[in-house]
Amino acid sequence: MPLSVDIVSAERRLFQGQATELYARSVDGELGILPGHTPMLVGLAVGPLRVRTSEGEEVLIAVHRGFLECRDDDINVLADTAELADDIDVARAEAARQRAVEHLSREGYPGAARFALARAEARLAVAEQNDAAR
Amino acid sequence: MPGAGELRVLRRRIRSVRSTQKITRAMELIAASRISRARQAVEAARPYAQGITRVIRDLASEGAVANHPLIREHDDVERVGIVVIASDRGLAGAYNANVLRRAERLAKEERDAGRGVDLYAVGRKGESYFRYQGQALAEVWTGVTDRPTYDDAVRIAERVGHDYYEQRINRLWLCFTNFRSALTQVSTTRKVMPIDPRTLRGGQGFPPQFTFEPDPVALIEQLIPRYVEHQLYAALMESSASEHASRQRAMKAATDNAGDILNGLTREANRARQAAITTEISEIVGGAEALSAD
Repeated sequence: MPLSVDIVSAERRLFQGQATELYARSVDGELGILPGHTPMLVGLAVGPLRVRTSEGEEVLIAVHRGFLECRDDDINVLADTAELADDIDVARAEAARQRAVEHLSREGYPGAARFALARAEARLAVAEQNDAAR
Repeated sequence: MPGAGELRVLRRRIRSVRSTQKITRAMELIAASRISRARQAVEAARPYAQGITRVIRDLASEGAVANHPLIREHDDVERVGIVVIASDRGLAGAYNANVLRRAERLAKEERDAGRGVDLYAVGRKGESYFRYQGQALAEVWTGVTDRPTYDDAVRIAERVGHDYYEQRINRLWLCFTNFRSALTQVSTTRKVMPIDPRTLRGGQGFPPQFTFEPDPVALIEQLIPRYVEHQLYAALMESSASEHASRQRAMKAATDNAGDILNGLTREANRARQAAITTEISEIVGGAEALSAD
């Protein structure tokens, strides 16, 4: 029985389909899920999420925080923000990173800037990994 | 030559109405394209809304979480926060008036019940409305409503959420415009926090050997802010779609009106032109007759 995986970010659905394995970075460290995994609900950290689909393809996604729920081989990922590796524009991510660093040095509510910074860093890391895999 | 002056005035008015019509038509087209963008964003975000609501519901049925202050209804609500989403620009028909009136009514209800009200305004129109009424605003965000992004929602949720978590306010309302269809947009109020107990009922819970990482209480504390952000995002998008739909309708009416005015003016101008020609001919004929009579 393959895993049935549904990955959504706050803005849209990124992936839905059957998979044989899934790797993510939880708040407590790396996490690998194969069919038959114990049911769980975990918080996700900033990092890459890899899915090997039943067709043998690999889907790489930059995830910035969120939650992963696994029950009876049904896996739901609710990411705060996430982007498919192929959609990542490295130049834009780099620009976003610098902008976020600038914002952080200013006053006000730093949450949005911190959020933007972590997201930009996750994007860059995943894009790098994606390039290396090619 | 009589009529020539009148004709010049008419031609000038026709030119001015025509250029106004061009502007209103452009605004109509822009608004139309923005509606579908906001609509698609609402649709695309729906799976997340369903997912997070389900997870919170399941968690709420866990004993340790059920009595968490973020889930529980407050015994005595002293202050409420109302986030009012209006637009930055006018020319959108009754859009702003409707949502602001709705907000005003909600604020009055809460004040009549003896509670303090903190107003948060999104959009310049809301800001100027409340300022004019002499009401203090806790915070104002502008430049958001035309094309809201998720980051905007995060920024707003951080501020209002902070006030809620710190218990500066014990209840959080959203006042926005719900996009039912291209023809109907309804100003709506929605209580975001505390979460409606009806939403939380019926969670299927978790089997005993379920693993939580971190523990359920820490999870709910992370989930609730995401929930608030997402509610705000959806409300911003719904409002934006409604704003653009209202503007499209208002601008379509303006374009149609300009067309009617142009028709009338053109007819008048033609009449004036003909009158001028007729006068001119009769003058020539009259002049010729006067000469031949000699």
